[in-house]
Amino acid sequence: MADQKTLAEPTGDAPYRRMMRPMEGRLIGGVAQGLATQLSLDPVVIRLMFMLLSVVDGIGTVAYAVLWMITPRQPYEGPAPQRDWSQLAAFSAIGMALLAFGWITGASQGGLGMLPFAVGGIGALILWQQADPERRKNWVSGTSKSIRKNRVRTLLGVLLVVGGAIGFLVVQDEFAQARPGLLFTVVVVGGLAVIATPWLAGLWKELQLERRERIRQEERAEVAAMVHDSVLHTLTLIQRVAHDPREVTRLARSQERELRNWLYQPAQDADATLAAAVRRIAAEEEDAHGVPIEVVCVGDVDLDSGGRLAAMLKAARQAMVNAAKYSESPSISVYAEVEGEEATIFVKDRGKGFDLEAVPLDRMGIRQSIVGRMERHGGTARVRTELGEGTEVMLTMKVERA
Amino acid sequence: MTRVLIVDDHRLFRSGVRAELGDSIEVVGEAEDVESAVKAIAEQQPDVVLLDVHMPGGGGQEVLRRVLGSGSQVRFLALSVSDAAEDVIGVIRGGARGYVTKNISGKELTDAIRRVAEGDAVFSPRLAGFVLDAFASSEAPSIDPELDSLTQREREVLRLIARGYAYKEIAKELFISVKTVETHVSSVLRKLQLSNRHELSRWATARRLV
Repeated sequence: MADQKTLAEPTGDAPYRRMMRPMEGRLIGGVAQGLATQLSLDPVVIRLMFMLLSVVDGIGTVAYAVLWMITPRQPYEGPAPQRDWSQLAAFSAIGMALLAFGWITGASQGGLGMLPFAVGGIGALILWQQADPERRKNWVSGTSKSIRKNRVRTLLGVLLVVGGAIGFLVVQDEFAQARPGLLFTVVVVGGLAVIATPWLAGLWKELQLERRERIRQEERAEVAAMVHDSVLHTLTLIQRVAHDPREVTRLARSQERELRNWLYQPAQDADATLAAAVRRIAAEEEDAHGVPIEVVCVGDVDLDSGGRLAAMLKAARQAMVNAAKYSESPSISVYAEVEGEEATIFVKDRGKGFDLEAVPLDRMGIRQSIVGRMERHGGTARVRTELGEGTEVMLTMKVERA
Repeated sequence: MTRVLIVDDHRLFRSGVRAELGDSIEVVGEAEDVESAVKAIAEQQPDVVLLDVHMPGGGGQEVLRRVLGSGSQVRFLALSVSDAAEDVIGVIRGGARGYVTKNISGKELTDAIRRVAEGDAVFSPRLAGFVLDAFASSEAPSIDPELDSLTQREREVLRLIARGYAYKEIAKELFISVKTVETHVSSVLRKLQLSNRHELSRWATARRLV
């Protein structure tokens, strides 16, 4: 019923705007539309308000006329657009029905008695309209379209309303007999229901649509934030270090990992289970040394409170650091498996290897940080290496299942 | 000369793969969606199809369904940036003979294509890990024990693949021939494709891990 062109208009940057009567979409003089724009309300609300006030002692009609006179017309290029006669007819019908209702019940004569209803009705309309202007705007734009599409239904409703109003006028003489009056009240209500039903249904549909749209928008915002904060940032960094292939690879890997985690990995507490901890450690060492570390995990177990798995993880980290720093291997494979009562972690590289016997006794890396640490906590560590054949560190630890 | 068809919706990636493949491989065509892939496969009859998992129009699984469903014997090697269990297990069960991720080197890819062309299976460490994980739980009663469980030897082979061993290294480690390793892997692939273990699919969907 409302014309959205006025609502779609920018409300302007100026702190104060003169009220104008737009030509486009006007029903009578464009007063209701102008007022609606000025108050950021819906024209329908204003129109219904004028109508209610007109029923009560004709205040609305007078106010409309005064406003029409004092409000300048909005400049409009070209021939004046047609009035929307079907809408005007609908409004007049409702107005006449209300008027008839007022006469019959005598409310309009004792104007003050009716006033609370009129004021209450207008207040409710404005409240409803103000609830969420953004949302309402969506509803109304969708429903007004659906009503325009469904002209037959609108026409039928208008006919019923008019019929009801005429009925009122006819039975006015036999006012004492309240029954036909009541009957025509039912007809009026029926007419209103016919007009309002598609609108209400549309309202509901719009609400659902709008809710879905909001969820989508939130998701989109999250994706946008992710892309902006990490991907774009990394791409910029990559351009700046383009001369250093190692750094470029490191950045790309790290970004890839972050995206993958975000896409596939459920929010996981990196310190809760063995597999998660192994993945985190591998990621950290990959970042620190710029060597890709491929992690494969089979089975999983919660980290124990006794710190045995924590010790195993420290040993695994040391093995990864050694491989990344000294092996010159292009990549490192890490395999963590929990099977039955045993957790095993393999750290393998395809680097140059070394002679285990030749490692000096004071070298802390392998003897203390890996083998010693595992044995202190009741596990075992085995190192297999050969010059030119790469190195594999195998860590084993008993686990207790809860 | 192995005749290969590349199916991927990223033009840059197709040309990248084309440039990287060794001399022993002839790229006979490219396709960028399900429709054109099905058509190109029928026309070219390549030895191996490099198949992207995520594509408009149903993805790699749809291509597999339509081509293999029509009785074609073309061999597929799935190639994807995603190594989510769902995708990996999905295309393998759809009929692909191997799964590698797109960060694979040109040489490794050439190797994998050759292997698939010869009728063997190609398992990445990650896929091996998935299979071990999926076949690990032995609680559910199996309908066909032969299909629904891995032999000790197959398990050992898979574990070594997961640890990052090449087939040659596995052969050396287990004192068997490379051919035997390939036989074991092919047998695992067959079980993976034919097993009725309903947990397999459920497991894959439940485990949306990278």
